[in-house]
Formats: sequence, structure tokens, C-alpha cells
Amino acid sequence: MAQTTMKRGPVSGTAIDRATRRRRPFLIDLYSTAVGKKYVMAITGIGLLGFVLFHMIGNLKMYFGAQDLNHYAHFLERLLYPILPEKYALWLMRGGLATMALLHIHAAYTLTVINRHARPVKYQSERDYQVASFASRTMRYTGIIVLLFVIWHLLDLTFGAGSVNSYVGTKDAEGLKDVYGAVAFSLNRVPVAIFYVLANIALGTHLFHGVWSLFQSLGWNNPRFNKWRRAVATSFATIIVVGNVSFPIAVLAGVVG
Amino acid sequence: MSNHLKNLKLKIWRQSGPTDSGHFENYVMDEISDEASFLEMLDVLNEGLIGENKLPVVFDHDCREGICGTCSLMINGQAHGPERSTATCQLHMRKFKSGDEIVIEPWRASAFPIIKDLMVDRSAFDRIIESGGFITAPTGGAPDANLIPIPKTVADAAMDASQCIGCGACVAACPNGAANLFTGAKIAHLNLLPQGQAERFKRTEAMVETMDEYFGSCTNHGECEAACPKEISIDVIALMNKDYRQSKLKNRKEISRT
Repeated sequence: MAQTTMKRGPVSGTAIDRATRRRRPFLIDLYSTAVGKKYVMAITGIGLLGFVLFHMIGNLKMYFGAQDLNHYAHFLERLLYPILPEKYALWLMRGGLATMALLHIHAAYTLTVINRHARPVKYQSERDYQVASFASRTMRYTGIIVLLFVIWHLLDLTFGAGSVNSYVGTKDAEGLKDVYGAVAFSLNRVPVAIFYVLANIALGTHLFHGVWSLFQSLGWNNPRFNKWRRAVATSFATIIVVGNVSFPIAVLAGVVG
Repeated sequence: MSNHLKNLKLKIWRQSGPTDSGHFENYVMDEISDEASFLEMLDVLNEGLIGENKLPVVFDHDCREGICGTCSLMINGQAHGPERSTATCQLHMRKFKSGDEIVIEPWRASAFPIIKDLMVDRSAFDRIIESGGFITAPTGGAPDANLIPIPKTVADAAMDASQCIGCGACVAACPNGAANLFTGAKIAHLNLLPQGQAERFKRTEAMVETMDEYFGSCTNHGECEAACPKEISIDVIALMNKDYRQSKLKNRKEISRT
């Protein structure tokens, strides 16, 4: 297990000497360092947190019945109409979300590569972790599970691709898209419901560490609110998981659908 | 009367040089006083090895009173061993029981190449300090007390950060091999005090970017704080992140002025 001998860079000097190499645009320059990547990770994380929260709240409308949920879906498609043509605002938001997700994933990937390089030879004996939690040590795995789920979820309920969800596109009595029916159709399939529950537990685990972690990454540290950071992360993760997991259970129990 | 531990099974990493692949070797320590420090236990082992005409185990040590930051060792998977806020030299054998197996490994990080056995080269830390861990103003003789008023809470926070002895346990304990606790402590120590303000943002940018050349990235596990023999809080990492963000903005403005 030969440890590669470190090639010594030149003595870095102070920032004054380093000024010459700084000719890149600000954001690219910031993103070139690990601390900057963590900023991107945290900021895109906040954006995605917002989406996850509003997605869950929006879905709660299924408990008020088909009409409420379908109206809400219709409202989203006509958001900012007639300032923008129908669906434009929706696609703008989707574009923003996709950009944030891609940046989040790219930052995670590049940081993982950096970290692998930082310890090419692992400890040969078992590590005895003191405080690193299951959530913090499985971020990249829970992240991948959530990503795979999102891809499936888009194919299933957003686009109704091919045989994934043949119900998508069906209209309800008012001539609106029957989102309620599509959700019930999808989650009535037991394997889909199980995948849905597992993916949301992975999401909750990811949020449990991520929400706490973003405060540190953004340098939001203040003795007055530090004790609340853990509580905020735990409650946010719990609210999301409880809300989201209730949907497949409700469908399978016959409450919805 | 001191008690004695008997029949300790030691599993120690032996590596003849930087390019050797290295391996664990097993030793048995028949008897050792529980008043011995961990390093004294290794001294006893080495005396025995020398007596048998074998090469002693190489390990870093200097002051042996927990203030120099020279000793290291990953003991049973924990940096500086099982005792909290204690460097290896201040860890005593009373923390172990007769018949225990003790696994000893060097710090592992690409920035800390192994020199021999348990000794690693931590000069990457020096590169970080060289890039900004100081103030350039000539300070002359000791100034009068209270010439520069510093609030007690600020002085305390700076003092807490300044306790860092640069042992590298934070890097060793970090699952990512990151040095954010070390760099954060060194930055916080100066950036909190009035004397450090003039170069605050140049220092932060230079030190963070030098750190970047050698170490991994922080994922906020908190293992560094748990391993730190001086119990430095990860609050210093948040301060470093905040100052780095500000330094990126302020230094750009500074450069475009010149």
C-alpha cells in the first residue's frame, strides 16, 4: 500500500502575490475552491429544499379531493398567465430546479473526487467514529437514491412516459388533467408505493444532515441560534417524510383514489 | 501502588519508508504499569525491540505534556486514542485493560505522507501558515496592557482558537481528510482580534486556497472537533467560510483599485 509522496507546490505566499492569477469571473473563481463549492452546494440545497416543501404542501391537496388537486395542477400550468403564455412560468421554474439540481450534483461529485484524492490510502484498521452520523456518512448514497427516484417520478407522474403510467393525460369531468387519478393509479401499484416510501426515507436522511450542514457551509454560525440548527434540520426532515410517506399509504388504504 | 496491565496485544503499522507498502505487525506487551503514558509504553516496547536487535517503532513525540502537537497516532480507530481532549502523550495506560488489543496506525492523508512507521510529514500545515497565519506589522516590544481594548468574550474566543497545536488530528479524524478545523482555528485566532484586522481578508483567502492545494473538503461530520486534543469548536470553520466569502468580494475590489 505505497503512499504516494506528495509533490510540494511552491510556497504559496500571501494573497497579494496571488493577485496575478485571479483573472477569472467571480463565480467561477469561487467555485474553483472546495469552500466555494460548498457554498454552491448549500445555496442550491436551499432552493431544492423550497421545492421539496412546496411540492409536499401542494400534494396535501389530494386529501381535499380530486377537484382541489386538479385545480391546483391547472393553476400551476397557468401561473402568471396571461403575463406569460400558459406553462411558461412552470417551465422557467423547472429549468431553475434542474439547474440547481445539476449544480448540486456536480459540486457533490467534484468534492467527492477531491476527498478521495485527499486520502488515497484508507485506514487499514477499523475507524471508530465519534460523532459522524449515519446521515452524514451516507449523503452521497441517499443523494443518488433521491436522484434515481426523481427520474422515475418525472417519467411516472410528470410525463407519463409510455407504459410507465398510462393514466397520465386522462381528463377529469371538468376537462382538466386528472392528476388525482394519475397519483392513485401510480401508487396503487405496491412496488411503486414501496419505492416511493424508501426514496422518501432516503430524502429525509439526506435532509437531516443537509439542512444542518448548510448553516456551517454558509458561515451562518451565531451562539444565539446555534442550538436551533439541529432542531430545524430534524423537524424539516420529519415534516417532509411524514407528509410524503402519507400519500402512498393513503392511496393503498383507499383514503385517496 | 500502581496496578499493572498484563498481556497487551499491540498491532502496530510498520513501514520502512515513504515508498514501502507497509503492514501491521503484532507485538505482545507482557506487563506495563497503568501509570505509564501511551508513549512510555511504546518506549518500553522499543527498548525490548532494540534488545532483540530489531528496529524500534518510529513515532513522533516531543514535549510529552500535550502542548507541542508533535505526537500523533490513530489508536483503535480514534485520533489520539479513546480519551477526549487529550493528545496521545497525555493518554495513560489506565484507559486500557489487561488483554486488550490495541491497533496503532499513522495519520493517513495524501498531505501527510508517511516517513516511516508511525511518523508522518505534516509540513503541509506549514504551507498554510506561511500563506497568512501571521501579522506582518512589526510589533516591537510588549505593548502596555489594555492599550488596545478587546472585549473579554472576543479575547476568549480568540484564545480558544489559538489553542490549536497543529497536531493534525482533525485531518486524521476527518473522513474526507480535510484541514478545515486547523485552518479555521488559525484564521479565527487572528481574525477575531483587532491586530488581525488589517490583513483579515488577504489572510483568509490565501490560507483557504493554500489549504485547498493539499487537503480534502469539509462535509460537516464534526469528527475533527471530537478528535481535537484542544477541543476547538467547528464554529471556527463557519467563521472561516464566512470570511472567505467576504474576502473573495473585498479582495477583488482591492485589486481593481490598484
